Amino acid sequence: MAGNRSETAQGLTLITPPLLYSVLVLAAPLFTILAYSFLKDGYLTVIREFTLENYVQVWGDPIFRRIMLRSLGVAAMVTLVTVVLAFPVAYFLSFVVAPERKALWLFLITIPFWTSYLIRVFLWKVILGYNGVINSGLLSIGIIDEPLTFILYNVNSMVITLAHAYAPFAILPIFVALEKIDRPLLEAGRDLGENRLMTFWRVTLPLAMPGVVAASLIVFIPTIGDYVTPELIGGGKIPMVANMIQVQMLALDNRPLGAAMAVTAMLVVAVLSLAFVLVNRRFLKVQR
Amino acid sequence: MTNTNTSDRKPMIECRGVHKHYGDYHALRGIDLTIRAGEFFSLLGPSGCGKTTLLRTIAGFEDISDGVVMIDGQDMVHVPANRRPTNMVFQSYAIFPHLSVAQNVGFGLRRDPRPARDKAAAVEDALAMVGLAGYGNRAAHALSGGQRQRVALARALILKPKVLLLDEPLSALDRKMREQMQVELIKLQRQVGITFVLVTHDQEEALVMSDRIAVMFEGEIAQLDGPEALYSRPASRRVADFLGVMNFLPARVTQDRAEGVLVETPGFGVVEIPNRNVSRANPDDAGPMVGFRPEAVSLLRAGQPESGNITHGTIDEVVYYGDMTYYDVRMDGAAGFDGIAPPVRISMRNVFGRELPDVGTRVRVSWSPGGLILFR
Repeated sequence: MAGNRSETAQGLTLITPPLLYSVLVLAAPLFTILAYSFLKDGYLTVIREFTLENYVQVWGDPIFRRIMLRSLGVAAMVTLVTVVLAFPVAYFLSFVVAPERKALWLFLITIPFWTSYLIRVFLWKVILGYNGVINSGLLSIGIIDEPLTFILYNVNSMVITLAHAYAPFAILPIFVALEKIDRPLLEAGRDLGENRLMTFWRVTLPLAMPGVVAASLIVFIPTIGDYVTPELIGGGKIPMVANMIQVQMLALDNRPLGAAMAVTAMLVVAVLSLAFVLVNRRFLKVQR
Repeated sequence: MTNTNTSDRKPMIECRGVHKHYGDYHALRGIDLTIRAGEFFSLLGPSGCGKTTLLRTIAGFEDISDGVVMIDGQDMVHVPANRRPTNMVFQSYAIFPHLSVAQNVGFGLRRDPRPARDKAAAVEDALAMVGLAGYGNRAAHALSGGQRQRVALARALILKPKVLLLDEPLSALDRKMREQMQVELIKLQRQVGITFVLVTHDQEEALVMSDRIAVMFEGEIAQLDGPEALYSRPASRRVADFLGVMNFLPARVTQDRAEGVLVETPGFGVVEIPNRNVSRANPDDAGPMVGFRPEAVSLLRAGQPESGNITHGTIDEVVYYGDMTYYDVRMDGAAGFDGIAPPVRISMRNVFGRELPDVGTRVRVSWSPGGLILFR
């Protein structure tokens, strides 16, 4: 099997540069964080002694718990809003748009990515702000007498911003799942006596579920750790877990505690993602 | 061919002047058609002839541009597919991959008022009817092609439709399976007594299964007849050519008589063809032609006594099929009016153990005017 071996060697050679790169920029920092989380804090320095003290502190900290729950809550809300809004778009793309136009539509959907994430978040601030587009617009046509406050510096505004930012990530997997549905299946649903709505409920939606689950996962995981949006749109008054970690790490300079928070947050997300994947697998099994 | 006489039954499907346009494309060009209750009816034609469009029109998946479609005396114009008394077996079977076999078969029973237990029993009965008893708990995606088709049949028949529509249901199966399913479908149709409308491009399948067949070309019905009439008295050269093998020889009409037409044909000489074998639909301007099926004439073995008319010829090709053989024969004097003598195809049943004649062998062709058809 000399040929095989050289093929293996070739493969290894090919993946070595990206592998080294990922080890350097991904695995190494992760291990550093993990290591830090088990060290003692000596105020401004780190004492190289093993301890579980940080975890005890994190798990016992009501503020961390509240902020972690808030992060999960915001992420869940964002996921729900994003997926619910993305589904009709994906459906339209898959079922209404003519096949030769689909590529164009997909391209148009990616346009928001041409602008940096930071700028997009900032733009929402301009739109939703106290003197923003919405408030000044509504004021000038006399619908409201004073600026609306429920749309800035709170959870609502964060959900609006993040849902917009992650919309394409939700649209694409749902679109792919819908594309894979054999069209005669929908005709069969109608043929067997169900109207369009019931056919959607009994055929289209169950078959699109793998895409919905994937979309949820793709939106949920990054939004939990989002840092920019709470900072800018939330006005820093409603921190999420990433902001809290940042404060521990930099402002308070308690790296071991910050690291323990980061690891804990990662664990929580990992467990939830695993649950998602299991649900996904159940649907995927049926698909084949 | 099921040989049941259905001519006295009431009409189940009536199409009157049905047209279908897709933009500039004229898919159905004025279909007039009556399908009788309890009939096994086939729409036969090459791909693109409109047969599937017509079926989907009956099912309600396509709106018609003009005309009337009635099912059991009711105009279907404003009746959506889910409210029509028809059910369809799709070409791809369209088995729901996220449901079990039993859930697939029971899909259409949601609004059935019967208690769940009765519905489950109905599903089991339907599965037994198609030979899948005990398969209910299987996952749909684990089935073979033949099993999928049976599930599709059970799923449609459990709803007791007035009409079962079958869109090329056997085309995805291998030959053996296809032949087996043909017989099973005939039996099933006889058993349930439902009107079956089959779409197929396979002429053999149509001949085997149907009470009546509509042959379609370019959105029009070229001929509507029973299998035997269609095969032995095709209304046009095109129908003759599409259904099985037909030999064509150039002909010259010499005299119209009371009982038949006198024609001169190279190879056969001057023959009187009886009126029932004269087809006047010959639109392609190729001049009159005499046609005959490969089995309408026969080759005589050396020493076999002669009967009827005899023409001599030479074997040009031998195509062996196991149970029968096709012989391509160049008939003496068959160099037509234009000097070209195409070989004619003659089929003979093989007798087990008897040697086949070789290419180049001189043979006698025995024929009678009753086996010839004139297209003028």
